[in-house]
Amino acid sequence: MSAQPVTEADLQAWVDAALPAARRAEVEGWLASQPAEAERVSAYLEQKQALKSLFDPLLDEPLPEALAALASPPPAAVERPPKPLLERWSLQRIAASVLIALIGGLAGWMTHDRYPSAESLAKAPLSLPRRAAVAHAVFSPDVRRPVEVSAENEDQLVAWLSKRIGAPVRPPKLGALGFELIGGRLLPGNSGPVAQFMYQDATGQRLTLYVSTDNATNQDSAFRFAKEGQVNVFYWIDGKFGYALSAAIDKGRLAQIATAVYDQLDRK
Amino acid sequence: MDSRAILAEIPRLRRYARAMLGDRAAADDLVQDTLERAWSRLFQWRPGSDLRAWLFGIMHNLRVDQLRRPGPSTQSIGDDDLELPTRPTQTDALELRDIESALNHLPDEQREVLLLVALEEMSYADIATTLGIPVGTVMSRLSRGRERLRLIMNGDNANARLRVVR
Repeated sequence: MSAQPVTEADLQAWVDAALPAARRAEVEGWLASQPAEAERVSAYLEQKQALKSLFDPLLDEPLPEALAALASPPPAAVERPPKPLLERWSLQRIAASVLIALIGGLAGWMTHDRYPSAESLAKAPLSLPRRAAVAHAVFSPDVRRPVEVSAENEDQLVAWLSKRIGAPVRPPKLGALGFELIGGRLLPGNSGPVAQFMYQDATGQRLTLYVSTDNATNQDSAFRFAKEGQVNVFYWIDGKFGYALSAAIDKGRLAQIATAVYDQLDRK
Repeated sequence: MDSRAILAEIPRLRRYARAMLGDRAAADDLVQDTLERAWSRLFQWRPGSDLRAWLFGIMHNLRVDQLRRPGPSTQSIGDDDLELPTRPTQTDALELRDIESALNHLPDEQREVLLLVALEEMSYADIATTLGIPVGTVMSRLSRGRERLRLIMNGDNANARLRVVR
């Protein structure tokens, strides 16, 4: 009789007809004396057939043009058709905005007694690093649409953001540090538009540079560091510009990048 | 790389993506991303090796990236008790008997192995290479996935969730 005991792996391989004939016969002999196990493996076999009959018809469906076209090398600049607005504002993103609004509202409500008046609350806007970290947390995880304008159109991106925030702004080049620009977007700041540039390294790690021009104090500051959850932020103020560099990477590496960003912006 | 060879693989990639994601549009997006990435990494392709396994491997990695990337606020994903339905799933008994919805109750990595075996009829060794995991892991995921699917199909969903298997 069978020298080797029948293992779970044997049973799986039996379902997939992956056993050598001799072993297959041994397993079947064993199954004949094990009705419960026989029933279990035959359920697996049924599953397999059910999955095939459910999904096999997809093989015969005509291919969408976009996919068929990709059987050949795509031209260097493949432009995807713009997605409908609703899809760009994915449910997740809308949920995030609602959540932020709710948290804001709740925080205001809970703290209103602790502040002298609503007026002074309005004068205590969210700090630069916090706004930058929230913007980072909201947009950087977005796999498909992290930016509004991609880096392929960098000139347009720069012209547009400069115009909207009312000051010339140019994304620094961080290729030497492993990060490539993937694009940017416009965001609401405390009192006006803010620009966000997003970078990504080879591992998919993202980094955002948040540039605001609504710094009222005009008081330059040295590098400062803040930690918001898992997001580390280096920020500094230069005239009316406030810069914040955010990423979920360690402080040392982020400091190195922040220094490079600072140097490049300083030279402009 | 031969365009005809790729064209021949696209329907299989679509079938698998559709079964994995349960959503046609998302599946086609994933296939499109896979093909774009394949073209951009053509230099990694070794002529004469298995084109299908290479493409499925790319698709797998993209999917892992997608699941992993939601950086700041995500939890790490465990191998065992991952409940990650790709779309809202109903819990009424009738629907649970439907294999497609039962499939969506499986953790991603079990569903993946199950589908590569059932639809692609890949060998365990090829699946291990494609997914970058040991053959033993392929076997245990397959075994757990099948058993879980069986329990769900039997309407024994509570057990399927609670059962500790390794």
